[in-house]
Amino acid sequence: MTVTTTTVAGAAPAAARPPLPAGLARLRWAVVDTATITKRNLIALRRMPEALFFSTLQPIMFVLLFRYVFGGAINAGPHLSYIDYLMAGIFVQSVAFGGIGSAVGLSEDLHKGLIERFRALPMARSAVLAGRTTADLTRNVFVVLLMTAVGALVGFDFPNGALPFIASALLVLGLSYALLWGFAFVGLVASNSETAQVIAFPILFPLIFASPAFVRPTSMPGWLRDFANHQPLGVVINATRALQVGPRAGLGSAGGLVLESLAWIVGFLVVLVPLAVWRYRRSTG
Amino acid sequence: MTTTDTAIEAHDLHKTFGATVRALDGVSFAVERGTVFGLLGPNGAGKTTAVRILTTILDPDAGRGSVLGHDVVAEADTVRTLIGLAGQYAAVDENLTGRENLAMVGRLNHLTRPVVRARTTELLERFALADAGDRPLKTYSGGMRRRLDVAAALVARPPVLFLDEPTTGLDPQSRIDLWAMIEDLVREGTTVLLTTQYLEEADRLARRVAVVDHGHVIAEGTPAQLKADLGATVLDVGLHDEAGAARALELLGPLTAKTPSRTGTMVELPVDDGAKVAMEALRLLDQHGLVPTTFRLREPSLDDVFLVLTGRTTDDEERGAP
Repeated sequence: MTVTTTTVAGAAPAAARPPLPAGLARLRWAVVDTATITKRNLIALRRMPEALFFSTLQPIMFVLLFRYVFGGAINAGPHLSYIDYLMAGIFVQSVAFGGIGSAVGLSEDLHKGLIERFRALPMARSAVLAGRTTADLTRNVFVVLLMTAVGALVGFDFPNGALPFIASALLVLGLSYALLWGFAFVGLVASNSETAQVIAFPILFPLIFASPAFVRPTSMPGWLRDFANHQPLGVVINATRALQVGPRAGLGSAGGLVLESLAWIVGFLVVLVPLAVWRYRRSTG
Repeated sequence: MTTTDTAIEAHDLHKTFGATVRALDGVSFAVERGTVFGLLGPNGAGKTTAVRILTTILDPDAGRGSVLGHDVVAEADTVRTLIGLAGQYAAVDENLTGRENLAMVGRLNHLTRPVVRARTTELLERFALADAGDRPLKTYSGGMRRRLDVAAALVARPPVLFLDEPTTGLDPQSRIDLWAMIEDLVREGTTVLLTTQYLEEADRLARRVAVVDHGHVIAEGTPAQLKADLGATVLDVGLHDEAGAARALELLGPLTAKTPSRTGTMVELPVDDGAKVAMEALRLLDQHGLVPTTFRLREPSLDDVFLVLTGRTTDDEERGAP
């Protein structure tokens, strides 16, 4: 080295940053990098009015809409109040729609040059996507807690007890995490953030509404009823409901539905994680 | 050429986007340690593509690049610990404050928290952002964002810094401030690769300059050498009509050893000794009863360099390579 000045702000050679680690230390860096990106995304979520709207006000409005406007007209079955029926649908709908913001955010990072900056930093390659999905999972934990509180306020009374309810929340969060990788892929593929929204919405809409989320599929035409009960979101909604309200849901034992849900979640992860990572690798190259 | 004094080397870099856009078509240059090297060229010349390859963002189709002896493809991870990059498009996070942006980059460089904190404060002050440090970026002006972007590139004290058109779109005062900061960095030992569209900027900052056009290096040397080919200054003489201008070209042409030219009613003389030639020119014009409407001495521009090197101006043709 020809120069060794290090006292002044911009200075050179004796770099303050540590050299590249190997093995375990490298893994630790990946965790630290993911935490850094997660934190950055959570700060951004808090500061973006539209993101706050989609993860707070909108789900609350849906609870109130279905509880008080549509609920009276919907037959939830002979043994069940509509609010007890509704919670499972609201849970899944809230985390699924919330994921659109994830696709939009990632798309903005890509097109505003932020990902380029990340790529020139000595950070773990995996941290951008891992940090994004971790931040959005954290947001979904918040959304689920909020929905639980709002649900309790408007009459949901945990008919099957606390533990199964907690299990149902974990199942929904598991589904949301798997879906977030799909949203990440959409965000990376879209040519801009508006397009990300336009791609994500039509995929989600039928999965959320042609499902047992808000009405019993028994009232649907046969072909739609079969779709509603067997498409992945429908399966998770049924499992969530079976856990939350117990036998009165009329869905049989929760165990089988939960296993089927877990299979979907694992299946999604196996397909969507590599897909998003592959797309990320070639997204600016 | 690779010696221990070479900080950045590009060797025969090729990159094509899609099937047809040949962004780089065999670009080579070497940057001596502790100096500023200017890549000068118009939009779409391939400057940014070269920077993206050398900063490991993009892989070249062919050719090699290295930073402090480390290959930018095979040893990309190591290269990333040695470089800082400030881009043309101020890649900072809109939703974070200035301080949070710098801290994020510091953490991603794996600096410890106390170091990040100290360094962040130091850089905010140095770049005149101390007062704005805790405001979200949405409230920043273009110049402030650009300064923050450069600050972000410096957080980890990289020995090699890439600045991709750092002053494009900046007001004159911000530009001069940024130049002073770059000069400070170089004094402290940093090697800088600077891309620019401004000959003046390359002249002020760079020890050596490569002129890039259509993915090729078409000239390389010190700014003085480039300008020597060009004439240190350009004398513009405008006349009432084309006939007068043609007559003036005849009269004034012999005053310079370079190639004079005429565009409409305007005569351009690249000259080495501006003031002396100007006096002589006025005398000649006066003797022959020609009264100029315009008469000025100016610094040559990138356009003049291009006119001399390629026989056309920069905006004759634009290419859309990223």
